[in-house]
Amino acid sequence: MTHPMVPRLWWITRRRRETHDTFTVELKPSNGSSEFRFAPGQFNMLYIWGAGEVAISISGDPNAPGSLIHTIRSVGAVTRLMQKLKSGDEVGVRGPFGSCWPIEQAVSGDVIFVAGGVGLAPLRPAIYHVLAQRKRYQRVVLLYGTRAPADILYARELERWRARFDAQVRVTVDHAAGGWMGSVGVVTHLIARARFDPARTTAMICGPEVMMRFTAMELEKRGVPAKNMHISMERNMKCALGLCGHCQYGPSFICKDGPVFSYERLKPLLAIREV
Amino acid sequence: MKTMNNAVIETRPQFVLERSDFNRLIEILHEKGYQVLGPRLRDGAIVYDELESGGDLPAGWTDEQDGGTYRLKKRNDEAIFGYAVGPHSWKKFLHPPQVRLWKARRKDLKIEVAQEEQPVSKKAFIGVRSCELHAIAIQDRVFLQGPYQDPFYKLRRQNAFIVAVNCGQAGGTCFCVSMRTGPKVTDGFDLSLTEVLEDVRHYFVVESGTELGAEVLAALPHNAANEKEKTSAEEVVKNTAAHMGRAMDITDIKGLLYRNYEHPRWENVAARCLTCGNCTMVCPTCFCMTVEDTTDLEGEHAERWQKWDSCFTTDFSYIHGGSVRSTAKARYRQWMTHKLATWIDQFGISGCVGCGRCITWCPVGIDLTEETAAIRGSEAPGRKEDPHGNGNT
Amino acid sequence: METETLEGILAEHPFAKGLKDDYVQLMMGCASNVRFEAGQFIFHGGEDANQFYLIRDGKVSLEVFAAQRGPLTILTLEGGDVLGWSWLFPPYRWKFDARALERTRALGLDATCLRTKCEADHDLGYELLKRFVLVVEQRLQAARFQLLNVYS
Repeated sequence: MTHPMVPRLWWITRRRRETHDTFTVELKPSNGSSEFRFAPGQFNMLYIWGAGEVAISISGDPNAPGSLIHTIRSVGAVTRLMQKLKSGDEVGVRGPFGSCWPIEQAVSGDVIFVAGGVGLAPLRPAIYHVLAQRKRYQRVVLLYGTRAPADILYARELERWRARFDAQVRVTVDHAAGGWMGSVGVVTHLIARARFDPARTTAMICGPEVMMRFTAMELEKRGVPAKNMHISMERNMKCALGLCGHCQYGPSFICKDGPVFSYERLKPLLAIREV
Repeated sequence: MKTMNNAVIETRPQFVLERSDFNRLIEILHEKGYQVLGPRLRDGAIVYDELESGGDLPAGWTDEQDGGTYRLKKRNDEAIFGYAVGPHSWKKFLHPPQVRLWKARRKDLKIEVAQEEQPVSKKAFIGVRSCELHAIAIQDRVFLQGPYQDPFYKLRRQNAFIVAVNCGQAGGTCFCVSMRTGPKVTDGFDLSLTEVLEDVRHYFVVESGTELGAEVLAALPHNAANEKEKTSAEEVVKNTAAHMGRAMDITDIKGLLYRNYEHPRWENVAARCLTCGNCTMVCPTCFCMTVEDTTDLEGEHAERWQKWDSCFTTDFSYIHGGSVRSTAKARYRQWMTHKLATWIDQFGISGCVGCGRCITWCPVGIDLTEETAAIRGSEAPGRKEDPHGNGNT
Repeated sequence: METETLEGILAEHPFAKGLKDDYVQLMMGCASNVRFEAGQFIFHGGEDANQFYLIRDGKVSLEVFAAQRGPLTILTLEGGDVLGWSWLFPPYRWKFDARALERTRALGLDATCLRTKCEADHDLGYELLKRFVLVVEQRLQAARFQLLNVYS
């Protein structure tokens, strides 16, 4: 009986710098050629030798399970060490864990993705999926806001998506100096301009908690029902198994009941401080 | 509640075991290969530790408990289970404070992980109270009935032999009657005992809950209990039930706490709470743990440990940028709301068994029965929203 | 496509949504079609605010020039947005610079003309003020959100 806290080993085949504090790694299993199946929105626990383990969302294409892709922001002790990882290094992987974006529930209606900062990474698998099965959805909207032009994640991919005629892709930054020809303003500001049918829209929102709250309020103003909005929550996570208690949020464990929740379920708790 | 390893006996005949034959129980368990663990005096308290023989039992001792107070006292009889509960619970054996999960070595940048050897030692617990059986059953739900199981916990559980005791005396902070977890032992044991002290006679009324329990009993000198002995044993439990040190009204307690996340009482208790986490350490159901990854100085060996953790630390809820629950108010609220309310949604059962340890071992005597009563007594009339949408049931 | 009437353009702009026909007519008397080429300044901070704009399409950046840091963009506005509220309050001067980032078409509304009409008809004034307060509220909420610097 293998203890669920024992990681499997994977090695890094590619490492790419995204922004000054984010990078993407591509992984292959160290032994065997098993595929990594996951649902968009799920996460893994990544272990770096000796230093520890952190929860990182999976940001690759769910329909291309040959490799495992993570985009990591170096903000803590473990992720800062991860920034030094290079091709050929080994890491431990446990997962996939958690709930997923409602990509099936959204079928035959409009889909709006609203991402803030590095929150685009957990949404990317769902975006890949929806764009790959574009015919099953009506309008597709992606609104992305981040701090400054230099912080834009997946910039080339955003350009590619923006060039498509079948998706409304809008990017905005909070602050910009001269030379930036794109939009400046908060991501919620983009909502009023997007074209979608609120009553038939599924919203998938990922970013800092404050940003997700403001976004959900703005979408509610446009008439998107709370039950059709989904957000991805972040809390301290140690085991990802529902056994360590750290990620509790009211009655929910973010690791096993989330990280993706319907906004309707969390809305009252989000208004309370320090839950 | 179920025992993990043995065929359960449904109808349980009662037998009598004389005090003079009691120590034999420990010998038999030793002979069967068990490490025997039970109550004994240490550092001014009755703790659970290894028993060499029946002589280690705290015969003639009792405890006096109240908010923030615990004192040992001599009894005027030789009862061996004549106390309530001490600072320890069986959690320390089933869900130990520190467990190594794996070791790994790295050579030429290749990592090899080896899972820790699985715990197989047989342990017998002597003197498990009804509240504690309920606590074990609650941890069973946490560790064994979710989407992921703790396989080490499962093995420890399967290798435990449980000798339960019906409480002969209620402690000053006990409220198992309110929580419906005692004082009478109902199931989840291999053997159960009721200690009866009469003027000249000291004996136990014994039931076996499993075939393994019956096998152990069979090896002991025993007789079928007569009606008088059975009645005496019943009276012991009845008397205990009538003398609970505390009480808690649990009517819609989940709704009550869900509606009162913003109650001013949380500020009041936070002003007293030292956030020391004692309550979480002594609680027999608190299961939270942290995971620590370590490496040696050469960087060739690494280990992963799980260790008890407490929601009273600021680290507990740390995400980059800071702690989610930075105030004492938020941390106390988390603990109590979890214990009494969210636990019900998570595991279908309350996380509190009414053992009173958190009251006794709180250095400032914070009493959750008092805190819930204060909230219930002063619930703002307009505040009927339940943030979890469960309505007011 | 250039056959749209001024009235039609005004009535369809989100700013005028729900506005009575009479008031649309009144506003039209102060309106004119304007167009700015990419890079062209619409106004500069300190100048008299004698117009405001209902943007039809294109993109406008609201900026401030800081020594050493160069132009800093505060907000960009697009089709459906309102540009400028300094015309409402004395001393009627622009605070920031507005520059077209791409070719931008808008309705320009003459401030003196509109202020006179609002003074003469307070109901119209109230209707316009309600709409401007909403714009101000949205900009204030957005500014607060930006201040939170949530992504760092």
